[in-house]
Amino acid sequence: MKKLKELNWFWSALIILGFFLIWELVCLATNMPDFILPRPSQFAVVLVDQFHGIQRHGLQTLMTTTTGFAGGVLVGVIIGAIIGSSKVLYNACYPMLVGFYSIPKVALVPVFVVWFGIGTVPAILTSLVICIFPVVVNVATGLATTEPELEDVLRALGASKLDILWHVGLPRSLPYFFASLKIAITLSFVGTVVSETVAANLGIGSMMVLASSDFNMPLVFAGLVLLASMGIGLYACFAVLERRMTGWAQRKTEFVSG
Amino acid sequence: MNDLATARPAETDDPPGGPGASAGAAVALERVALRYGDPETGTLALKDTELAVGEGEFVAIVGPSGCGKSTLMKLISGLNPATEGRVSVAGEVVTRPIKIVGMAFQNPTMLPWRRTIDNVLLPLRIVRPYRESFRRDRERNTARAEALLRRVGLHGFSRKYPWQLSGGMLQRASLCRALIHEPSLLLLDEPFGALDAFTREELWGVLQALWMDRRPTVLLVTHDLREAVYLADRVVVMSARPGRIIFDRRVELARPRALDDLFRDTAVQLIHDLRARIEHFQLDETAGDGLEE
Repeated sequence: MKKLKELNWFWSALIILGFFLIWELVCLATNMPDFILPRPSQFAVVLVDQFHGIQRHGLQTLMTTTTGFAGGVLVGVIIGAIIGSSKVLYNACYPMLVGFYSIPKVALVPVFVVWFGIGTVPAILTSLVICIFPVVVNVATGLATTEPELEDVLRALGASKLDILWHVGLPRSLPYFFASLKIAITLSFVGTVVSETVAANLGIGSMMVLASSDFNMPLVFAGLVLLASMGIGLYACFAVLERRMTGWAQRKTEFVSG
Repeated sequence: MNDLATARPAETDDPPGGPGASAGAAVALERVALRYGDPETGTLALKDTELAVGEGEFVAIVGPSGCGKSTLMKLISGLNPATEGRVSVAGEVVTRPIKIVGMAFQNPTMLPWRRTIDNVLLPLRIVRPYRESFRRDRERNTARAEALLRRVGLHGFSRKYPWQLSGGMLQRASLCRALIHEPSLLLLDEPFGALDAFTREELWGVLQALWMDRRPTVLLVTHDLREAVYLADRVVVMSARPGRIIFDRRVELARPRALDDLFRDTAVQLIHDLRARIEHFQLDETAGDGLEE
């Protein structure tokens, strides 16, 4: 069991390293100019040398994303819990939700900028709006698909609606909720960076726009790598949390039969 | 729906008490009808059902499949309201889910995110007066649950999750969950229906012993006539849909009963009689739609 898990980590790391190694070799072999596609070793150097400057932008993006993400999840859970507890609401609200979700979030940035000015607020809002939908859909689905037999166990004991939500509805939808968190956190980064590239003076998005206008491609790629690693980091956090809280729903490996 | 069944006079050699006789009963059904779906055209599951069960009595309900046995359980527990007539438990008319009841179904429905012991303890988190003091009495509650699990042969499995247990083990745990809050009324809906014959017969013994400890009122729905005769004080036969009680007979066997008692003449004769009554209706039903539950 333990061995297998360690092996997983090992393979993941190996694949990432291999990817960068091949990239490096292809660039060297084809004599790629660094203002078109820099080599990983080049932007690794940039990442280390200019860490102080990059860190400022990175932290800004991280803060913006997590704030927007937290807000989006909160709003998503509330909406999801409401429409998931009623079939009528579920069916009635779905078209509007899909409609909202079909709007490209980039299109909202100018609106937010008009309302709140350039800077952090539109970025937070964009990342918030972008991660509402997956959370709503998953929480609502989790609640709506709860087996009536499970609820009957509590109903037969004279449990209140709140008891049933607490003891059955919410634990039952936790796996769905965590699945949506993993999607939402990555989307949240997209929202933040999109907004930063359009309307901000701080953050990885704006740093990359400035760098690309200087043809400083190694810095642009350093930004991309930083974004990717923050994404992986937060994703991993939720994956660990998920395994701790919803172990009962993921039980492929160990199985004891009676 | 099935006019034949309603038109036929009830063959009850031991007629269930009329409205007057149900006054002091633990469970009483008076002219109860239940229609699923549309109030005018929906499926009529029960009609003119009369039943009185005494305090501490163990009654088994048998009948052809789809006759509304499970519906009867839902009515008594208050999960479904009656369309007509009156259902009362312990002298009070049932209008919503009642709290003094313990239930076990054919499907053990354990909550998959709770360990076996936490599933067994679940009623104590919901039912008064236990819920107020659940945290304070944690140790005592756990000890009680462990003791129950040991009695049904699940010693050492309390920390396992439901999916780590076999069907028979789940059903044992489900029995513990139905009993943990010491309900005065126990509703068992084909609790051993999905089990193999050996496990089933073993659990009959376990259930009999548990019942003899505290003597709660028990209503057991089953399609196994031997099970009904082994466990119950009284066996009641329901007609095909719309269900109604057509036969009601005491089981004259001393307790505690053993499996061998089922081969005594009284038991054999009773099982034979019961079978005849049920077959009688199933013959009419061959053309019917076998809607379950």
